[in-house]
Amino acid sequence: MNNFDYARATDVADAVRRIAADANARFVAGGTNLVDLIKEGVARPSRLIDITHLPLDRVEDAADGGLRIGALVRNSDLAWHPQIEARYPLLASALLAGASAQLRNMATTGGNLLQRTRCFYFYDTTTPCNKREPGSGCSARDGVNRMHAILGASEHCIAVHPSDMCVALAALEARVLATGPEGDRSIPFAEFHRLPGDRPEIDTTLRADEIITAVELPAKCFAKNYSYLKVRDRLSYAFALVSVAAALDLDGGSIKEARLALGGVAHKPWRNRAAEDALTGAPATRESFARAADVLLREARGYGHNDFKIDLARRAIVRALTQAAAGTPQSQADKRIR
Amino acid sequence: MAHHASAAASRAERFAAPAKTTVTFRVNGTNRTINVAPWTTLLDALRVNLDLTGTKKGCDQGQCGACTVLIGGRRVLSCLSLAVMQDGAEVTTIEGLARDGKLHPLQRAFIDHDAFQCGYCTPGQICSAVGLINEGKARSPDEIRELMSGNICRCGAYTAILAAIEEVMANGRAPSGGAAR
Ligand SMILES: Cc1cc2nc3c(=O)[nH]c(=O)nc-3n(C[C@H](O)[C@H](O)[C@H](O)COP(=O)(O)OP(=O)(O)OC[C@H]3O[C@@H](n4cnc5c(N)ncnc54)[C@H](O)[C@@H]3O)c2cc1C
Ligand code: SF4
Ligand code: FES
Ligand code: FES
Repeated sequence: MNNFDYARATDVADAVRRIAADANARFVAGGTNLVDLIKEGVARPSRLIDITHLPLDRVEDAADGGLRIGALVRNSDLAWHPQIEARYPLLASALLAGASAQLRNMATTGGNLLQRTRCFYFYDTTTPCNKREPGSGCSARDGVNRMHAILGASEHCIAVHPSDMCVALAALEARVLATGPEGDRSIPFAEFHRLPGDRPEIDTTLRADEIITAVELPAKCFAKNYSYLKVRDRLSYAFALVSVAAALDLDGGSIKEARLALGGVAHKPWRNRAAEDALTGAPATRESFARAADVLLREARGYGHNDFKIDLARRAIVRALTQAAAGTPQSQADKRIR
Repeated sequence: MAHHASAAASRAERFAAPAKTTVTFRVNGTNRTINVAPWTTLLDALRVNLDLTGTKKGCDQGQCGACTVLIGGRRVLSCLSLAVMQDGAEVTTIEGLARDGKLHPLQRAFIDHDAFQCGYCTPGQICSAVGLINEGKARSPDEIRELMSGNICRCGAYTAILAAIEEVMANGRAPSGGAAR
Protein backbone atom coordinates (compact mmCIF):
# COMPACT_ATOMS: atom_id res chain seq x y z
CA MET A 1 0.00 0.00 0.00
CA ASN A 2 1.13 3.55 -0.61
CA ASN A 3 1.63 5.96 2.25
CA PHE A 4 -1.41 7.97 3.18
CA ASP A 5 -2.60 10.15 6.03
CA TYR A 6 -5.68 9.37 8.01
CA ALA A 7 -8.30 11.67 9.48
CA ARG A 8 -11.76 11.23 11.00
CA ALA A 9 -14.56 13.50 9.80
CA THR A 10 -16.59 14.96 12.67
CA ASP A 11 -19.71 15.90 10.69
CA VAL A 12 -20.91 16.08 7.08
CA ALA A 13 -19.71 19.68 6.64
CA ASP A 14 -16.28 18.73 7.99
CA ALA A 15 -16.14 15.75 5.59
CA VAL A 16 -16.94 17.98 2.61
CA ARG A 17 -14.39 20.59 3.73
CA ARG A 18 -11.69 17.95 4.02
CA ILE A 19 -12.42 16.28 0.66
CA ALA A 20 -12.58 19.64 -1.14
CA ALA A 21 -9.20 20.64 0.31
CA ASP A 22 -7.24 17.75 -1.23
CA ALA A 23 -7.91 16.37 -4.73
CA ASN A 24 -6.15 13.11 -3.86
CA ALA A 25 -8.05 12.48 -0.63
CA ARG A 26 -10.74 9.78 -0.55
CA PHE A 27 -13.51 8.91 1.88
CA VAL A 28 -13.33 5.50 3.48
CA ALA A 29 -16.43 3.71 4.79
CA GLY A 30 -16.46 -0.12 4.92
CA GLY A 31 -13.10 -0.15 3.16
CA THR A 32 -13.91 -3.39 1.36
CA ASN A 33 -13.29 -1.93 -2.09
CA LEU A 34 -10.96 0.97 -1.41
CA VAL A 35 -8.49 -0.88 0.86
CA ASP A 36 -8.28 -3.67 -1.72
CA LEU A 37 -7.59 -1.19 -4.53
CA ILE A 38 -4.94 0.61 -2.48
CA LYS A 39 -3.19 -2.71 -1.79
CA GLU A 40 -3.16 -3.47 -5.51
CA GLY A 41 -1.73 -0.05 -6.34
CA VAL A 42 -4.82 0.84 -8.38
CA ALA A 43 -5.94 3.58 -5.98
CA ARG A 44 -3.24 5.86 -4.57
CA PRO A 45 -4.91 8.32 -2.21
CA SER A 46 -2.86 10.85 -0.29
CA ARG A 47 -5.31 10.85 2.60
CA LEU A 48 -8.22 8.77 3.83
CA ILE A 49 -11.10 10.57 5.46
CA ASP A 50 -12.92 8.15 7.74
CA ILE A 51 -16.65 8.90 7.56
CA THR A 52 -17.82 5.92 9.65
CA HIS A 53 -18.46 8.09 12.71
CA LEU A 54 -20.96 10.37 10.95
CA PRO A 55 -24.61 9.94 11.97
CA LEU A 56 -25.69 8.49 8.60
CA ASP A 57 -26.48 4.98 9.80
CA ARG A 58 -30.29 5.06 10.08
CA VAL A 59 -33.21 3.84 8.01
CA GLU A 60 -36.05 6.36 8.35
CA ASP A 61 -39.46 7.04 6.86
CA ALA A 62 -39.35 9.62 4.09
CA ALA A 63 -41.99 12.35 3.63
CA ASP A 64 -43.55 10.81 0.50
CA GLY A 65 -44.21 7.45 2.13
CA GLY A 66 -40.90 6.00 1.02
CA LEU A 67 -37.77 5.20 3.00
CA ARG A 68 -34.53 7.06 3.51
CA ILE A 69 -31.45 4.87 3.93
CA GLY A 70 -28.38 6.51 5.49
CA ALA A 71 -25.17 6.18 3.45
CA LEU A 72 -23.47 4.31 6.29
CA VAL A 73 -26.12 1.64 6.82
CA ARG A 74 -24.27 -1.65 6.40
CA ASN A 75 -25.44 -4.00 3.65
CA SER A 76 -26.33 -6.77 6.16
CA ASP A 77 -28.31 -4.42 8.42
CA LEU A 78 -30.18 -3.11 5.38
CA ALA A 79 -31.00 -6.58 4.03
CA TRP A 80 -32.38 -7.64 7.40
CA HIS A 81 -34.10 -4.36 8.31
CA PRO A 82 -37.78 -5.16 9.03
CA GLN A 83 -39.02 -2.35 6.74
CA ILE A 84 -36.81 -3.52 3.87
CA GLU A 85 -37.76 -7.18 4.35
CA ALA A 86 -41.47 -6.34 4.45
CA ARG A 87 -41.75 -3.53 1.92
CA TYR A 88 -38.75 -3.81 -0.41
CA PRO A 89 -37.93 -7.53 -0.53
CA LEU A 90 -36.43 -7.06 -4.00
CA LEU A 91 -33.70 -4.92 -2.42
CA ALA A 92 -33.22 -7.33 0.49
CA SER A 93 -32.84 -10.21 -1.95
CA ALA A 94 -30.30 -8.38 -4.13
CA LEU A 95 -28.24 -7.44 -1.07
CA LEU A 96 -28.17 -11.03 0.17
CA ALA A 97 -27.08 -12.20 -3.29
CA GLY A 98 -23.92 -10.08 -3.02
CA ALA A 99 -20.50 -10.83 -1.54
CA SER A 100 -20.40 -12.76 1.78
CA ALA A 101 -21.79 -12.31 5.29
CA GLN A 102 -18.52 -10.77 6.53
CA LEU A 103 -18.31 -8.35 3.60
CA ARG A 104 -21.97 -7.34 3.97
CA ASN A 105 -21.30 -6.59 7.65
CA MET A 106 -18.65 -4.10 6.54
CA ALA A 107 -19.95 -2.73 3.22
CA THR A 108 -22.02 0.47 3.35
CA THR A 109 -24.84 1.75 1.15
CA GLY A 110 -22.71 4.66 -0.11
CA GLY A 111 -19.62 2.52 -0.71
CA ASN A 112 -21.62 -0.10 -2.59
CA LEU A 113 -22.85 2.57 -5.04
CA LEU A 114 -19.26 3.61 -5.73
CA GLN A 115 -17.54 0.23 -5.91
CA ARG A 116 -15.39 -0.05 -8.99
CA THR A 117 -15.34 -2.65 -11.73
CA ARG A 118 -13.78 -6.09 -11.21
CA CYS A 119 -12.27 -6.12 -14.74
CA PHE A 120 -9.03 -8.14 -14.34
CA TYR A 121 -7.01 -5.61 -16.31
CA PHE A 122 -8.25 -2.73 -14.19
CA TYR A 123 -6.67 -4.57 -11.22
CA ASP A 124 -3.50 -5.56 -13.09
CA THR A 125 -1.28 -2.47 -13.08
CA THR A 126 1.11 -4.04 -15.62
CA THR A 127 -1.51 -3.88 -18.41
CA PRO A 128 -3.08 -0.98 -20.33
CA CYS A 129 -6.48 0.11 -19.02
CA ASN A 130 -8.30 3.32 -19.91
CA LYS A 131 -10.26 3.30 -16.69
CA ARG A 132 -7.16 3.06 -14.49
CA GLU A 133 -4.87 5.09 -16.76
CA PRO A 134 -6.79 7.23 -19.28
CA GLY A 135 -5.40 6.94 -22.79
CA SER A 136 -3.42 3.74 -22.21
CA GLY A 137 -5.88 1.51 -24.09
CA CYS A 138 -8.30 -1.27 -23.20
CA SER A 139 -6.81 -4.72 -22.68
CA ALA A 140 -10.17 -6.41 -22.36
CA ARG A 141 -11.57 -5.73 -25.84
CA ASP A 142 -9.22 -8.25 -27.42
CA GLY A 143 -8.33 -10.01 -24.19
CA VAL A 144 -10.09 -12.17 -21.64
CA ASN A 145 -13.53 -10.56 -21.60
CA ARG A 146 -15.79 -13.27 -20.24
CA MET A 147 -17.11 -11.02 -17.43
CA HIS A 148 -17.53 -7.97 -19.64
CA ALA A 149 -20.33 -5.83 -21.05
CA ILE A 150 -22.78 -6.74 -23.80
CA LEU A 151 -24.68 -3.41 -23.67
CA GLY A 152 -23.69 0.25 -23.63
CA ALA A 153 -19.93 -0.33 -23.92
CA SER A 154 -17.59 1.92 -25.90
CA GLU A 155 -14.39 1.32 -27.83
CA HIS A 156 -12.59 2.74 -24.80
CA CYS A 157 -14.00 0.43 -22.11
CA ILE A 158 -16.21 -2.66 -21.93
CA ALA A 159 -16.21 -3.06 -18.12
CA VAL A 160 -19.32 -3.79 -16.06
CA HIS A 161 -20.54 -2.38 -12.77
CA PRO A 162 -20.36 -5.26 -10.28
CA SER A 163 -23.02 -4.31 -7.72
CA ASP A 164 -26.12 -6.36 -6.95
CA MET A 165 -27.70 -3.77 -4.63
CA CYS A 166 -27.60 -1.15 -7.39
CA VAL A 167 -29.57 -3.34 -9.80
CA ALA A 168 -32.48 -3.46 -7.35
CA LEU A 169 -32.17 0.29 -6.66
CA ALA A 170 -32.35 0.97 -10.41
CA ALA A 171 -35.53 -1.10 -10.72
CA LEU A 172 -37.06 0.64 -7.69
CA GLU A 173 -36.16 4.11 -9.07
CA ALA A 174 -34.27 5.20 -5.98
CA ARG A 175 -32.59 8.59 -5.63
CA VAL A 176 -29.08 9.31 -4.35
CA LEU A 177 -28.74 12.24 -1.94
CA ALA A 178 -25.41 14.04 -1.93
CA THR A 179 -23.90 17.07 -0.20
CA GLY A 180 -21.08 19.20 -1.60
CA PRO A 181 -19.59 22.67 -1.15
CA GLU A 182 -22.57 24.05 -3.12
CA GLY A 183 -25.19 22.32 -1.02
CA ASP A 184 -27.47 19.29 -1.33
CA ARG A 185 -28.51 17.41 -4.49
CA SER A 186 -30.89 14.57 -5.20
CA ILE A 187 -29.79 12.44 -8.16
CA PRO A 188 -32.24 10.08 -9.95
CA PHE A 189 -30.75 6.59 -9.93
CA ALA A 190 -30.72 6.31 -13.72
CA GLU A 191 -28.45 9.38 -13.84
CA PHE A 192 -26.09 8.31 -11.07
CA HIS A 193 -23.92 5.74 -12.87
CA ARG A 194 -22.69 6.63 -16.35
CA LEU A 195 -21.70 4.81 -19.53
CA PRO A 196 -17.97 4.73 -20.36
CA GLY A 197 -18.06 6.73 -23.63
CA ASP A 198 -14.67 8.37 -24.05
CA ARG A 199 -14.22 8.99 -20.31
CA PRO A 200 -14.24 5.48 -18.79
CA GLU A 201 -12.24 6.69 -15.78
CA ILE A 202 -15.41 8.40 -14.51
CA ASP A 203 -17.94 5.91 -13.12
CA THR A 204 -20.65 8.22 -11.80
CA THR A 205 -22.02 11.74 -11.90
CA LEU A 206 -21.11 12.32 -8.26
CA ARG A 207 -18.59 15.15 -8.03
CA ALA A 208 -15.22 14.55 -6.40
CA ASP A 209 -16.01 16.92 -3.54
CA GLU A 210 -19.47 15.51 -2.77
CA ILE A 211 -20.42 13.00 -0.09
CA ILE A 212 -23.36 10.64 -0.42
CA THR A 213 -25.57 11.07 2.63
CA ALA A 214 -28.50 8.78 1.81
CA VAL A 215 -30.45 6.77 -0.72
CA GLU A 216 -34.18 7.40 -0.96
CA LEU A 217 -36.69 4.76 -1.97
CA PRO A 218 -40.06 5.87 -3.36
CA ALA A 219 -43.28 4.54 -1.80
CA LYS A 220 -43.96 2.14 -4.68
CA CYS A 221 -42.23 -1.07 -3.57
CA PHE A 222 -43.42 -4.09 -5.66
CA ALA A 223 -43.47 -6.26 -2.52
CA LYS A 224 -45.66 -8.96 -4.04
CA ASN A 225 -44.39 -9.73 -7.50
CA TYR A 226 -40.62 -9.48 -7.71
CA SER A 227 -37.52 -11.60 -8.14
CA TYR A 228 -33.75 -11.06 -8.07
CA LEU A 229 -32.08 -13.75 -10.13
CA LYS A 230 -28.27 -13.83 -10.15
CA VAL A 231 -26.38 -16.20 -12.44
CA ARG A 232 -22.71 -16.76 -11.61
CA ASP A 233 -19.84 -19.22 -11.84
CA ARG A 234 -20.45 -20.62 -8.35
CA LEU A 235 -23.56 -20.48 -6.24
CA SER A 236 -22.36 -17.94 -3.70
CA TYR A 237 -19.59 -15.38 -3.05
CA ALA A 238 -19.11 -14.62 -6.75
CA PHE A 239 -19.89 -11.66 -8.96
CA ALA A 240 -22.75 -11.87 -11.44
CA LEU A 241 -22.33 -13.00 -15.01
CA VAL A 242 -25.87 -11.76 -15.49
CA SER A 243 -28.38 -10.69 -12.86
CA VAL A 244 -31.98 -9.57 -13.25
CA ALA A 245 -34.18 -7.51 -10.96
CA ALA A 246 -37.78 -8.00 -12.05
CA ALA A 247 -40.79 -6.28 -10.49
CA LEU A 248 -44.39 -6.41 -11.66
CA ASP A 249 -47.62 -4.72 -10.73
CA LEU A 250 -50.33 -7.16 -11.87
CA ASP A 251 -54.02 -6.73 -12.51
CA GLY A 252 -55.31 -10.26 -12.68
CA GLY A 253 -53.41 -11.87 -15.51
CA SER A 254 -52.21 -8.67 -17.14
CA ILE A 255 -49.31 -6.34 -16.38
CA LYS A 256 -50.11 -2.82 -15.14
CA GLU A 257 -46.51 -1.79 -14.61
CA ALA A 258 -43.16 -3.55 -15.07
CA ARG A 259 -39.63 -2.81 -13.93
CA LEU A 260 -36.66 -4.67 -15.32
CA ALA A 261 -33.00 -3.99 -14.52
CA LEU A 262 -29.94 -6.04 -15.37
CA GLY A 263 -26.58 -6.39 -13.62
CA GLY A 264 -23.30 -7.74 -14.98
CA VAL A 265 -24.09 -6.64 -18.52
CA ALA A 266 -23.11 -2.96 -18.68
CA HIS A 267 -21.09 -0.13 -17.14
CA LYS A 268 -24.20 0.71 -15.11
CA PRO A 269 -27.28 -1.16 -13.90
CA TRP A 270 -29.13 -1.55 -17.19
CA ARG A 271 -32.71 -0.43 -17.68
CA ASN A 272 -34.58 -0.09 -20.93
CA ARG A 273 -37.92 1.75 -20.94
CA ALA A 274 -38.94 0.24 -24.30
CA ALA A 275 -38.66 -3.26 -22.82
CA GLU A 276 -40.79 -2.21 -19.83
CA ASP A 277 -43.32 -0.52 -22.14
CA ALA A 278 -43.55 -3.74 -24.14
CA LEU A 279 -44.76 -5.44 -20.96
CA THR A 280 -47.27 -2.77 -19.92
CA GLY A 281 -50.80 -3.95 -20.67
CA ALA A 282 -49.57 -7.31 -21.93
CA PRO A 283 -50.61 -10.65 -20.42
CA ALA A 284 -48.13 -11.99 -17.85
CA THR A 285 -47.02 -14.87 -20.04
CA ARG A 286 -43.79 -16.38 -21.23
CA GLU A 287 -44.40 -14.96 -24.70
CA SER A 288 -44.65 -11.39 -23.35
CA PHE A 289 -41.49 -11.89 -21.27
CA ALA A 290 -39.56 -13.24 -24.26
CA ARG A 291 -40.69 -10.24 -26.35
CA ALA A 292 -39.46 -7.83 -23.66
CA ALA A 293 -36.13 -9.68 -23.50
CA ASP A 294 -35.76 -9.31 -27.28
CA VAL A 295 -36.39 -5.57 -27.04
CA LEU A 296 -33.90 -5.17 -24.19
CA LEU A 297 -31.20 -7.19 -25.94
CA ARG A 298 -31.74 -5.83 -29.47
CA GLU A 299 -28.46 -3.92 -29.46
CA ALA A 300 -26.48 -6.42 -27.38
CA ARG A 301 -23.11 -7.53 -28.73
CA GLY A 302 -20.38 -9.80 -27.40
CA TYR A 303 -16.60 -9.45 -27.56
CA GLY A 304 -15.69 -13.13 -27.91
CA HIS A 305 -15.51 -14.77 -24.51
CA ASN A 306 -18.71 -13.11 -23.33
CA ASP A 307 -20.89 -13.91 -26.36
CA PHE A 308 -22.73 -16.48 -24.24
CA LYS A 309 -24.04 -13.69 -22.01
CA ILE A 310 -26.58 -12.54 -24.61
CA ASP A 311 -28.43 -15.83 -24.58
CA LEU A 312 -27.93 -16.18 -20.83
CA ALA A 313 -29.43 -12.72 -20.28
CA ARG A 314 -32.43 -13.56 -22.49
CA ARG A 315 -33.19 -16.70 -20.47
CA ALA A 316 -32.54 -15.01 -17.13
CA ILE A 317 -34.96 -12.20 -18.01
CA VAL A 318 -37.73 -14.65 -18.92
CA ARG A 319 -37.09 -16.74 -15.81
CA ALA A 320 -36.98 -13.78 -13.41
CA LEU A 321 -40.19 -12.30 -14.85
CA THR A 322 -41.84 -15.72 -14.61
CA GLN A 323 -40.79 -16.01 -10.96
CA ALA A 324 -42.05 -12.48 -10.28
CA ALA A 325 -45.41 -13.09 -11.94
CA ALA A 326 -45.92 -16.33 -10.00
CA GLY A 327 -45.03 -14.65 -6.69
CA THR A 328 -42.23 -17.18 -6.19
CA PRO A 329 -39.05 -15.07 -6.05
CA GLN A 330 -35.63 -16.66 -6.39
CA SER A 331 -34.39 -17.85 -2.98
CA GLN A 332 -30.91 -16.63 -2.06
CA ALA A 333 -30.35 -19.58 0.31
CA ASP A 334 -31.62 -22.56 -1.68
CA LYS A 335 -30.08 -21.65 -5.05
CA ARG A 336 -32.13 -24.00 -7.19
CA ILE A 337 -33.59 -21.99 -10.06
CA ARG A 338 -37.21 -22.88 -10.51
CA MET B 1 22.27 18.43 -9.96
CA ALA B 2 18.87 20.00 -9.48
CA HIS B 3 17.43 16.95 -11.14
CA HIS B 4 19.24 14.66 -8.70
CA ALA B 5 18.21 16.74 -5.74
CA SER B 6 14.53 16.60 -6.63
CA ALA B 7 14.69 12.86 -7.36
CA ALA B 8 16.30 12.35 -3.97
CA ALA B 9 13.65 14.51 -2.35
CA SER B 10 10.81 12.59 -3.92
CA ARG B 11 12.50 9.32 -2.96
CA ALA B 12 12.87 10.56 0.59
CA GLU B 13 9.20 11.47 0.57
CA ARG B 14 8.19 8.09 -0.71
CA PHE B 15 10.23 6.22 1.86
CA ALA B 16 9.66 8.67 4.69
CA ALA B 17 9.26 7.07 8.07
CA PRO B 18 5.53 6.53 8.43
CA ALA B 19 3.63 8.86 10.69
CA LYS B 20 2.29 6.43 13.24
CA THR B 21 -1.07 6.66 14.94
CA THR B 22 -2.00 5.37 18.36
CA VAL B 23 -4.89 2.94 18.47
CA THR B 24 -6.49 1.83 21.72
CA PHE B 25 -8.96 -1.02 21.54
CA ARG B 26 -10.09 -4.06 23.46
CA VAL B 27 -8.75 -7.33 22.12
CA ASN B 28 -10.04 -10.56 23.63
CA GLY B 29 -11.17 -8.70 26.74
CA THR B 30 -7.91 -6.82 27.36
CA ASN B 31 -7.23 -3.15 26.61
CA ARG B 32 -4.38 -2.82 24.13
CA THR B 33 -2.63 0.23 22.74
CA ILE B 34 -0.56 0.00 19.58
CA ASN B 35 1.32 2.41 17.37
CA VAL B 36 0.67 1.75 13.71
CA ALA B 37 1.01 3.41 10.32
CA PRO B 38 -2.40 4.38 8.85
CA TRP B 39 -2.13 1.69 6.16
CA THR B 40 -1.69 -1.18 8.63
CA THR B 41 -4.56 -3.63 8.34
CA LEU B 42 -6.25 -4.99 11.43
CA LEU B 43 -4.97 -8.41 10.32
CA ASP B 44 -1.33 -7.28 10.34
CA ALA B 45 -1.81 -5.39 13.61
CA LEU B 46 -3.16 -8.53 15.29
CA ARG B 47 -0.49 -10.83 13.91
CA VAL B 48 2.55 -8.55 13.99
CA ASN B 49 1.93 -5.94 16.68
CA LEU B 50 0.00 -8.14 19.11
CA ASP B 51 1.51 -11.51 18.20
CA LEU B 52 -1.98 -13.03 17.85
CA THR B 53 -1.16 -15.33 14.96
CA GLY B 54 -4.30 -17.46 15.25
CA THR B 55 -6.00 -15.18 12.71
CA LYS B 56 -4.73 -16.27 9.30
CA LYS B 57 -3.79 -14.40 6.15
CA GLY B 58 -5.08 -16.35 3.17
CA CYS B 59 -5.68 -14.10 0.17
CA ASP B 60 -5.35 -10.64 1.79
CA GLN B 61 -8.06 -9.51 -0.69
CA GLY B 62 -11.38 -10.33 0.94
CA GLN B 63 -11.80 -13.52 -1.07
CA CYS B 64 -11.31 -16.38 1.41
CA GLY B 65 -12.46 -15.58 4.97
CA ALA B 66 -9.34 -16.95 6.72
CA CYS B 67 -8.85 -13.57 8.44
CA THR B 68 -12.38 -13.42 9.92
CA VAL B 69 -12.59 -11.86 13.40
CA LEU B 70 -15.46 -10.44 15.45
CA ILE B 71 -15.87 -6.73 16.07
CA GLY B 72 -18.57 -6.06 18.64
CA GLY B 73 -19.77 -9.63 18.05
CA ARG B 74 -20.10 -9.12 14.25
CA ARG B 75 -17.94 -11.09 11.85
CA VAL B 76 -15.74 -9.02 9.55
CA LEU B 77 -12.63 -9.49 7.41
CA SER B 78 -9.55 -8.15 9.18
CA CYS B 79 -7.53 -8.03 5.94
CA LEU B 80 -9.77 -5.26 4.53
CA SER B 81 -10.09 -3.36 7.85
CA LEU B 82 -7.63 -0.64 8.73
CA ALA B 83 -6.31 -0.81 12.30
CA VAL B 84 -6.61 2.99 12.70
CA MET B 85 -10.35 2.72 12.11
CA GLN B 86 -10.75 0.33 15.08
CA ASP B 87 -9.95 2.81 17.85
CA GLY B 88 -12.34 2.03 20.71
CA ALA B 89 -13.55 -1.23 19.12
CA GLU B 90 -14.01 -4.58 20.83
CA VAL B 91 -12.22 -7.26 18.82
CA THR B 92 -12.41 -11.01 19.42
CA THR B 93 -10.07 -13.43 17.67
CA ILE B 94 -9.86 -17.21 17.81
CA GLU B 95 -7.53 -16.83 20.83
CA GLY B 96 -10.35 -15.13 22.76
CA LEU B 97 -13.07 -17.75 22.40
CA ALA B 98 -12.07 -20.31 25.06
CA ARG B 99 -13.21 -19.46 28.61
CA ASP B 100 -11.53 -20.56 31.85
CA GLY B 101 -9.45 -23.16 30.06
CA LYS B 102 -12.55 -24.62 28.40
CA LEU B 103 -12.94 -24.64 24.64
CA HIS B 104 -15.77 -22.69 23.05
CA PRO B 105 -18.61 -25.05 22.04
CA LEU B 106 -17.78 -24.44 18.36
CA GLN B 107 -14.12 -25.31 18.93
CA ARG B 108 -15.20 -28.50 20.71
CA ALA B 109 -17.65 -29.37 17.90
CA PHE B 110 -15.04 -28.78 15.16
CA ILE B 111 -12.76 -31.28 16.93
CA ASP B 112 -15.56 -33.79 17.51
CA HIS B 113 -16.62 -33.63 13.85
CA ASP B 114 -13.10 -33.56 12.44
CA ALA B 115 -14.08 -30.37 10.64
CA PHE B 116 -10.64 -29.63 9.18
CA GLN B 117 -7.60 -31.14 7.54
CA CYS B 118 -4.76 -28.61 7.33
CA GLY B 119 -6.54 -26.25 9.72
CA TYR B 120 -5.58 -23.04 7.94
CA CYS B 121 -9.14 -21.88 7.37
CA THR B 122 -10.34 -23.09 10.78
CA PRO B 123 -9.89 -19.95 12.95
CA GLY B 124 -11.81 -17.97 10.32
CA GLN B 125 -14.47 -20.67 10.03
CA ILE B 126 -15.02 -20.75 13.80
CA CYS B 127 -15.11 -16.96 14.23
CA SER B 128 -17.49 -16.77 11.26
CA ALA B 129 -19.74 -19.43 12.80
CA VAL B 130 -19.84 -17.46 16.08
CA GLY B 131 -20.97 -14.44 14.06
CA LEU B 132 -23.52 -16.55 12.19
CA ILE B 133 -25.10 -17.75 15.45
CA ASN B 134 -25.09 -14.20 16.89
CA GLU B 135 -26.98 -13.02 13.78
CA GLY B 136 -29.66 -15.67 14.31
CA LYS B 137 -30.71 -15.76 10.64
CA ALA B 138 -29.76 -19.31 9.66
CA ARG B 139 -32.41 -21.92 10.35
CA SER B 140 -31.81 -24.66 7.77
CA PRO B 141 -28.70 -26.43 6.44
CA ASP B 142 -29.14 -24.49 3.17
CA GLU B 143 -29.13 -21.22 5.07
CA ILE B 144 -26.08 -22.19 7.13
CA ARG B 145 -24.23 -23.16 3.93
CA GLU B 146 -25.16 -19.91 2.22
CA LEU B 147 -24.30 -17.70 5.21
CA MET B 148 -20.96 -19.52 5.68
CA SER B 149 -20.03 -19.11 1.99
CA GLY B 150 -17.55 -16.36 2.89
CA ASN B 151 -15.20 -18.97 4.34
CA ILE B 152 -13.41 -21.06 1.74
CA CYS B 153 -11.90 -24.39 2.81
CA ARG B 154 -9.18 -25.53 0.42
CA CYS B 155 -9.30 -29.01 1.99
CA GLY B 156 -13.04 -29.29 1.38
CA ALA B 157 -14.09 -30.04 4.96
CA TYR B 158 -17.46 -28.39 4.33
CA THR B 159 -19.66 -31.36 5.27
CA ALA B 160 -18.04 -31.70 8.69
CA ILE B 161 -18.01 -27.92 9.22
CA LEU B 162 -21.75 -27.82 8.55
CA ALA B 163 -22.33 -30.73 10.95
CA ALA B 164 -20.31 -29.03 13.70
CA ILE B 165 -22.25 -25.77 13.35
CA GLU B 166 -25.60 -27.57 13.20
CA GLU B 167 -24.78 -29.42 16.41
CA VAL B 168 -23.93 -26.25 18.32
CA MET B 169 -27.04 -24.51 16.99
CA ALA B 170 -29.21 -27.48 17.97
CA ASN B 171 -27.77 -27.48 21.49
CA GLY B 172 -28.67 -23.79 21.74
CA ARG B 173 -25.45 -22.98 23.51
CA ALA B 174 -25.02 -19.25 23.37
CA PRO B 175 -21.86 -18.35 21.48
CA SER B 176 -19.60 -15.83 23.13
CA GLY B 177 -17.00 -13.65 21.52
CA GLY B 178 -18.68 -10.38 22.37
CA ALA B 179 -22.42 -10.00 22.51
CA ALA B 180 -24.11 -8.76 19.35
CA ARG B 181 -24.63 -5.04 19.63
C1 LIG C 1 -14.29 -10.78 -2.48
C2 LIG C 1 -15.39 -9.78 -2.70
C3 LIG C 1 -16.59 -10.19 -3.27
C4 LIG C 1 -17.63 -9.28 -3.49
N1 LIG C 1 -18.78 -9.72 -4.07
C5 LIG C 1 -19.77 -8.83 -4.34
C6 LIG C 1 -20.97 -9.23 -4.99
O1 LIG C 1 -21.16 -10.41 -5.31
N2 LIG C 1 -21.92 -8.28 -5.24
C7 LIG C 1 -21.73 -6.98 -4.89
O2 LIG C 1 -22.63 -6.18 -5.13
N3 LIG C 1 -20.61 -6.57 -4.30
C8 LIG C 1 -19.62 -7.46 -4.02
N4 LIG C 1 -18.47 -7.03 -3.43
C9 LIG C 1 -18.23 -5.59 -3.31
C10 LIG C 1 -18.75 -4.95 -2.07
O3 LIG C 1 -20.16 -4.96 -2.09
C11 LIG C 1 -18.22 -3.52 -2.06
O4 LIG C 1 -16.82 -3.57 -1.91
C12 LIG C 1 -18.84 -2.68 -0.97
O5 LIG C 1 -20.21 -2.53 -1.17
C13 LIG C 1 -18.18 -1.30 -0.91
O6 LIG C 1 -18.67 -0.60 0.22
P1 LIG C 1 -17.66 -0.03 1.33
O7 LIG C 1 -18.47 0.71 2.32
O8 LIG C 1 -16.79 -1.11 1.85
O9 LIG C 1 -16.84 0.97 0.43
P2 LIG C 1 -15.36 1.58 0.59
O10 LIG C 1 -14.37 0.59 0.11
O11 LIG C 1 -15.17 2.18 1.93
O12 LIG C 1 -15.48 2.78 -0.47
C14 LIG C 1 -15.68 2.55 -1.85
C15 LIG C 1 -15.62 3.91 -2.56
O13 LIG C 1 -16.72 4.71 -2.20
C16 LIG C 1 -16.31 5.95 -1.65
N5 LIG C 1 -17.29 6.26 -0.61
C17 LIG C 1 -17.72 5.42 0.38
N6 LIG C 1 -18.74 5.99 1.05
C18 LIG C 1 -18.97 7.21 0.48
C19 LIG C 1 -19.91 8.26 0.72
N7 LIG C 1 -20.84 8.18 1.69
N8 LIG C 1 -19.86 9.37 -0.04
C20 LIG C 1 -18.92 9.47 -1.05
N9 LIG C 1 -18.02 8.51 -1.32
C21 LIG C 1 -18.04 7.40 -0.57
C22 LIG C 1 -14.90 5.74 -1.19
O14 LIG C 1 -14.15 6.93 -1.23
C23 LIG C 1 -14.39 4.72 -2.20
O15 LIG C 1 -13.93 5.37 -3.35
C24 LIG C 1 -17.44 -7.92 -3.14
C25 LIG C 1 -16.26 -7.51 -2.55
C26 LIG C 1 -15.23 -8.41 -2.33
C27 LIG C 1 -13.97 -7.94 -1.71
S1 SF4 D 1 -12.72 -2.92 -19.95
FE1 SF4 D 1 -12.44 -0.90 -18.99
S2 SF4 D 1 -11.60 -1.45 -17.01
FE2 SF4 D 1 -11.25 -3.26 -18.33
S3 SF4 D 1 -9.25 -2.97 -19.34
FE3 SF4 D 1 -10.77 -2.06 -20.69
S4 SF4 D 1 -10.71 0.10 -20.04
FE4 SF4 D 1 -9.84 -1.05 -18.36
S1 FES E 1 -7.19 -13.06 4.11
FE1 FES E 1 -8.92 -11.81 4.43
S2 FES E 1 -10.40 -12.74 3.17
FE2 FES E 1 -8.61 -13.88 2.65
S1 FES F 1 -8.93 -27.32 6.66
FE1 FES F 1 -7.46 -26.89 5.14
S2 FES F 1 -8.33 -25.09 4.24
FE2 FES F 1 -9.91 -25.76 5.52
